Amino acid sequence: MTTDIVDNLYKSLGGVCRPTSEDEAHIEVHGNKVVGANLVEGLEVDVREKTRSVEADFVLKEGTVLKGPVILCFGLLNRQGQQKIELDISIEKGAEADFQAYCTFPNARDVLHEMDAQITVGENARYSYFERHIHGQSGGVNVVPRANVEIKQGGRFATEFELIRGAVGRIDIDYNIDCHAYGVFEMLARISGRNDDEIIITEAGHLLGEESRGVLTSHIAVQDRASAVVNNELIANAAFSRGHVDCKEIVQDEAVARAVPIVEVNHPRAHVTHEAAIGSVDSKQLETLMSRGLSEEAAVDLIIEGMLS
Amino acid sequence: MAVLETRGINLEIEGSKILNGLTAEFWSGYVHAVIGPNGAGKSSLAGTIMGLKRYRKIEGQILFDGEDITDLTADKRAERGITMAWQEPARFEGLKVHKFIGCGNNNSSRKKIAAVLEKVGLEPEEYIDRAVDDTLSGGERKRIELASILLMQPRLVLLDEPDSGIDVGALEKIFDAIQYMKDQGITVILITHSMTVLNHADHAFLLCDGKIIDKGTPEKIGRFFREKCMPCRDHDAHEIKEEK
Ligand SMILES: Nc1ncnc2c1ncn2[C@@H]1O[C@H](COP(=O)(O)OP(=O)(O)OP(=O)(O)O)[C@@H](O)[C@H]1O
Ligand SMILES: [Mg+2]
Repeated sequence: MTTDIVDNLYKSLGGVCRPTSEDEAHIEVHGNKVVGANLVEGLEVDVREKTRSVEADFVLKEGTVLKGPVILCFGLLNRQGQQKIELDISIEKGAEADFQAYCTFPNARDVLHEMDAQITVGENARYSYFERHIHGQSGGVNVVPRANVEIKQGGRFATEFELIRGAVGRIDIDYNIDCHAYGVFEMLARISGRNDDEIIITEAGHLLGEESRGVLTSHIAVQDRASAVVNNELIANAAFSRGHVDCKEIVQDEAVARAVPIVEVNHPRAHVTHEAAIGSVDSKQLETLMSRGLSEEAAVDLIIEGMLS
Repeated sequence: MAVLETRGINLEIEGSKILNGLTAEFWSGYVHAVIGPNGAGKSSLAGTIMGLKRYRKIEGQILFDGEDITDLTADKRAERGITMAWQEPARFEGLKVHKFIGCGNNNSSRKKIAAVLEKVGLEPEEYIDRAVDDTLSGGERKRIELASILLMQPRLVLLDEPDSGIDVGALEKIFDAIQYMKDQGITVILITHSMTVLNHADHAFLLCDGKIIDKGTPEKIGRFFREKCMPCRDHDAHEIKEEK
């Protein structure tokens, strides 16, 4: 029974991310039920099913370097329902891991997907987290990811959020990052919204220690009546801390986009920059592709596909 | 036989006359040059023939293979076989070189894309998976644009300043590509103010203040341009005579 659900979850993702080897750690959660899992050495996992949520604690032991990625597959095949994942991820000193989360809601009409993550990247540890959402065309999903990240001295954290297939529905991301000395973080969100989709991104990065570095990047395309608001904040408090906020939004039809980059520097030797570009598709790009025979519509699609890649 | 004809084209942008009763015939299979000083209207002529938005409100007529294409949008003109390369090519964030080059040809393959990259002197393995963004130099983007045109196999190509931003070594590759297009029977219009480029043409037009004021062999037009064409107002009165 549960293997059927696991199969169907992966099938709805196009089968692309199905773990194949025994060396790969994976865990599958349907609604608030754990339906499959495989564990590997060095990674401690404690999963608890609650009535309205699933709690999962991951500890990657000191110095452990995982060979393959840890695959997390979250989803709900039903039209209606709720899923809440409470993650506590701790990457201990010197350990390294790549997590890939796939979230699928192919039939959603009225689904709430919440994620609350507490992430600790230990001293000189490395953690990358990639999250891809695949939604159905009707957009009946409300996605609410929250994360609180602490990067200890020399730790590296990279995260990428992708929602470009299917309709968004509503997405409201809120991430907070505290980065200590010599730590590095990179956050990238790539989202495409149409119909009445609503996209809200709120990210705050705090460069607390010397030589810490951070980049917040959002590339968003909205069409029809979709809306996007990007609130990116980068605060540098220490000597030689460096940061950059980059926001690109392509707007078509009656869509609306807004970018509110906030940069704050509280140390004379820190440096933070920001760049925001919001507008329609660049006319030279468009005409170059049209002069190769692409219709205006096909040209716009290709330009947006490039920007979101 | 003329593959392209412009008849009495007037173009005005924001109150200023850019093209001024421009009439010309471009013979099929020839490499034509349009030479003229800065601001003469060369890029505007290219944009007008291509049908770019900014240059669509014109008086006069453009005929391609005898068909009036004046009211067609750029993509419809491209479908008929007209294409162009920009003086300053666009940058495309994230768009891969192979996607960009392949987009104008329904039967493109990695192998064909690699072959056209080689034709413009770019090592395929080094470029094919990069993005057409500002990590490429202007000269590299120009050559990638030319490669995309080679793969498209058009019938008429407008090359706006094909030598600008190109170093001497790569310039030979550009000229080879122009020769290759000519060998394929493609009509080429080279837009330039360089004598070196002019020498690769079979026939030349001199453009001044939005008008063709002379035409003939590249030698004749080149001499004229070099000796007398600055300022170009001096030639308003010059009569057009064909030199065979
Ligand atoms: N969008 C525009 N708005 C106003 N004037 C324009 C516009 N585009 C071109 N022009 C003017 O039209 C004239 C012709 O410009 P065009 O770019 O066609 O010249 P060109 O011959 O290609 O020059 P160059 O050798 O510098 O490339 C110039 O005086 C230019 O300032
Ligand atoms: Mg020009």
